[in-house]
Amino acid sequence: MVTNITNFGRSGLSDWLLQRASAVILALYTLFVVGYLLLHPNLDYATWSGLFGSTWMRIFSLLAFVSMAAHAWIGLWTVTTDYLKPTAIRIAAQAVIILAIFVFLVWGVQVLWGA
Amino acid sequence: MSMLQVSVYRYNPETDSAPYMQEFQVDTQGRDVMVLNVLAMIKEQDSSMAYRRSCREGVCGSDGMNMNGKNGLACITPLSEVVKGGKLTLRPLPGLPVIRDLVVDMALFYKQYERIQPYLQNDTPDPAIERLQSPEDRDKLDGLYECILCACCSTSCPSFWWNPDKFVGPAGLLQSYRFLADSRDTATSERLAELEDPFSVFRCRGIMNCVAVCPKGLNPTRAIGKIREMLLANAT
Repeated sequence: MVTNITNFGRSGLSDWLLQRASAVILALYTLFVVGYLLLHPNLDYATWSGLFGSTWMRIFSLLAFVSMAAHAWIGLWTVTTDYLKPTAIRIAAQAVIILAIFVFLVWGVQVLWGA
Repeated sequence: MSMLQVSVYRYNPETDSAPYMQEFQVDTQGRDVMVLNVLAMIKEQDSSMAYRRSCREGVCGSDGMNMNGKNGLACITPLSEVVKGGKLTLRPLPGLPVIRDLVVDMALFYKQYERIQPYLQNDTPDPAIERLQSPEDRDKLDGLYECILCACCSTSCPSFWWNPDKFVGPAGLLQSYRFLADSRDTATSERLAELEDPFSVFRCRGIMNCVAVCPKGLNPTRAIGKIREMLLANAT
């Protein structure tokens, strides 16, 4: 048993499962958005804004944002533990990554629900 | 004339400040000999050449090394399988400290093997005869018990290179599953509890280098997948 405190779920098993679940959600979201853009070649602001005004799209988007946050945390945490051996540099990098993920998540929520 | 040009990794920590590649010309007399035979010919030219070997028939697992970029057992690898353009490059197994020339320090590899408790654990009273197993249960151990611990797989695994102290590695995990799958072993939940952290099993990224190099044709990636399935079944 190897102890870790900066990985997302404190467990390799939960990280592994979340990484796969979030990947599926992100793939579905990407397919939807790309498909929507392809099906609406003359997209105007009102249609685009209307899409993101609907509750189901807000739920779907927020789910995708949270999945992105978890996915990035788990993936980049793994990269830092593979390649950054000095502890100070590794913790600093992990802190920057987690902070950035938090900022992007709040920003995403603000874009989704703001104005 | 059938001279083979062989480039060999040399390092003697007592006399060399850094490792270097030494060139040898070996006369194979046109025969498709094993790489281990070539090493014996090199040792006739330079008796200071150090490498491990024992059974010379792929059973003991002593002569694992990197031949033209791919790990394998020198004793069962014919030249026709590895030599490209009349040239052969021999290096020690990657990722482990070099003791001398092609001899590596396997301590980390064995430490990970020891960690998975590679022995049968059963807390029920000893029966008067052997602990019996059905033929079906015995079949589950095929493809697992044949491992000879040559370390070709673990030393071809980048995850093991970066975290040899935390990631068990394909060889250790294959053996771990050998005991998880054994119907006579009763320590399954204790074994699984030791493996659920982000390193021991989950540092495997499934690139299957281990499968590509295993000289016994075993499949550690499949065993790792089975361990993940067991962990998942246990925790959801």
